[in-house]
Amino acid sequence: MLEIKNLHANINGKEILKGIDLVVRPGEVHAIMGPNGAGKSTLSSVLAGNPAFTVTEGEVNFYGKDLLTMLPEQRSWEGVFLGFQYPVEIPGVSMVNFMRAAINEHRKYKGESPLSASDFLRLMREKREVVELDNKLANRSVNEGFSGGEKKRNEIFQMAMLEPRLSILDETDSGLDIDALRIVSEGVNKLKSNDNATIVITHYQRLLDYIKPEFIHVLYKGRIVKSGGPELALELEEKGYDWIKKELGE
Amino acid sequence: MQDNSNNILDEVTGNDYKYGFVTDIDTEIIPVGLNEDVIKLISAKKEEPEWMLEFRLKAFEYWKTMKMPTWAHLTIPEIDYQAISYYAAPKKKEGPKSMEEVDPELVKTFNKLGIPLEEQMMLSGIAVDAVMDSVSVKTTFKEKLAELGIIFCSFSEAVKDYPDLIRKYLGSVVSYRDNFYAALNSAVFSDGSFVYIPKGVRCPMELSTYFRINAANTGQFERTLIVADDDSYVSYLEGCTAPMRDENQLHAAIVEIYVHDRAEVKYSTVQNWYPGDKNGIGGIYNFVTKRALCKGDFSKVSWTQVETGSAITWKYPSCILAGDNSIGEFYSVAVTNNHQQADTGTKMIHIGKNTKSTIVSKGISAGYSQNSYRGLVKVSPKAENARNYTQCDSLLLSSHCGAHTFPLMDIGNNSAIVEHEATTSKISESQIFYCNQRGIPTEEAVGLIVNGYAKEVVNKLPMEFAVEAQKLLSISLEGSVG
Repeated sequence: MLEIKNLHANINGKEILKGIDLVVRPGEVHAIMGPNGAGKSTLSSVLAGNPAFTVTEGEVNFYGKDLLTMLPEQRSWEGVFLGFQYPVEIPGVSMVNFMRAAINEHRKYKGESPLSASDFLRLMREKREVVELDNKLANRSVNEGFSGGEKKRNEIFQMAMLEPRLSILDETDSGLDIDALRIVSEGVNKLKSNDNATIVITHYQRLLDYIKPEFIHVLYKGRIVKSGGPELALELEEKGYDWIKKELGE
Repeated sequence: MQDNSNNILDEVTGNDYKYGFVTDIDTEIIPVGLNEDVIKLISAKKEEPEWMLEFRLKAFEYWKTMKMPTWAHLTIPEIDYQAISYYAAPKKKEGPKSMEEVDPELVKTFNKLGIPLEEQMMLSGIAVDAVMDSVSVKTTFKEKLAELGIIFCSFSEAVKDYPDLIRKYLGSVVSYRDNFYAALNSAVFSDGSFVYIPKGVRCPMELSTYFRINAANTGQFERTLIVADDDSYVSYLEGCTAPMRDENQLHAAIVEIYVHDRAEVKYSTVQNWYPGDKNGIGGIYNFVTKRALCKGDFSKVSWTQVETGSAITWKYPSCILAGDNSIGEFYSVAVTNNHQQADTGTKMIHIGKNTKSTIVSKGISAGYSQNSYRGLVKVSPKAENARNYTQCDSLLLSSHCGAHTFPLMDIGNNSAIVEHEATTSKISESQIFYCNQRGIPTEEAVGLIVNGYAKEVVNKLPMEFAVEAQKLLSISLEGSVG
């Protein structure tokens, strides 16, 4: 479904991604790990179309379509979801209105008519349960006054609502206590199917105890320098990243 | 990154005016220019009594001694008052008696504006007094209101049918000596609405006037006079649009509200005059004097305005809180985009004891526009226990626009409690991207955020108006995000 070839990207003229290659198929879960500053968040931003980054080389194919020429909202309609590391607050816009606008834009893209208010609220209620999101939060402004854990749960709630084909979760585990981590991971697992795929970006093994990826990739200095199975994550947890640096001759 | 975000916002706010059609109606316009003869001609065309003409001429004499005010934070090009025609009326001398008699072109216009008279009559129960150019076209629901003793008619009719009321209240809140534009309006006003709610009557429906400037080179000078007698209540709606024209058009209106003991008036405006094009060519000059006199004890006035149109706006809906325990409220959203300028706000004059006022002003600036809040809270020495709360927020959508606040407090009594809060914020690129990522395109995202920001004020509008205002807020900022 997703094919990344030789992807280069920079921000303000500084090259961050220096040739990424990655293939993701439906039903798969991939984890991208790596030290700070390796380019993990940049990769997720570039895939989602954040205009702050400039792609200088390479291609990204998503179900046969060129992802890089699409606007961020078109990527969303095509089924790319980004769970933000730092979900932004939007004062004055209630979660209900926000989600309703999002859902109806997706429906419009598919040629479907907007959901009625009652159908929409039913859907909200159903999906809220996936991450045990409080009804009160749904009535508040987007992320405003949410705790760190609530913000992350809210991300997974939105993922549940939009039913993406590819979810990229950018350090969804950061800032979570152990209960929130469990709720968030269980939410992700519930949403997993043979038709969708997940890319998890994380520093830590602990998230991978819950969300079990088949593929682990180590991102270092803008390149994927090592790929492997679940055992690679355990090795990293044990030894840190230094041995990889050594392997690379640094 | 910064540049990028500005570009996006600029794109989203550089939009086109959606109400810019011209209605092809046979219109009677008098030649341009302003002198005593013109005023006599207007008065004669309207078959006015002598006292009305005298009022106009006095105002005109006074106006001639005055100069355009220059204290506002506005750049106003020189206006040639001799190049304007002061009277334009759709030609059709006999007033329509039923919907069938209304000019189909006119009905089409109103339909485009989203106010099908017929439908509104049947469905929403709103009585509409539609004013196109200078003559009131049709007043609905008059009979039903008449049963309750409520008078709702065009100003010209009121002059003929209720001369005593008009003579008593005309100019009692806004004197023709009040300011330059008030004097001009008093001299040349062409029509408008008159409302009288008798003692103890609660007006069962929202009264609504829809103003539209259609003819080229004309000014619109309407007057609204609302009198709420003891223990009465009325909610009044005013909406305005105008077609696109390259030249600037002048709109100088007066709204006077006189409120007796324990009476309440809620006055809501959605103003969407043509704002000019992207480069600031054309557009309406909206110089309006709106004032309410809370004469009676426990009287209350609430102004709610959503201002998205006009090239230049100069308006300060105010409350004179003369009665003891009277209350004044002002809720405003003012949007400026492209090269629009707005200098708007309110005056709350506390004179009676235990008077209260609330001001909530939300300015939204985009493009190269300038948006100023100007407010006066005055507590006179005798106004014991006056209370005021002011909240004044600005939202910026571009790096080229300006938001300014000029709050003035003049407190003459030590028992007063006056609060002022102010914030300035900007729609950030990360907020827009967050919305985009969820599938909400930038324009819709801006609309969503702006409507969220303005919610507190929009929610004060009556239901039908609130929906229109929300759409308008989104449309006005299309092509302007940054």
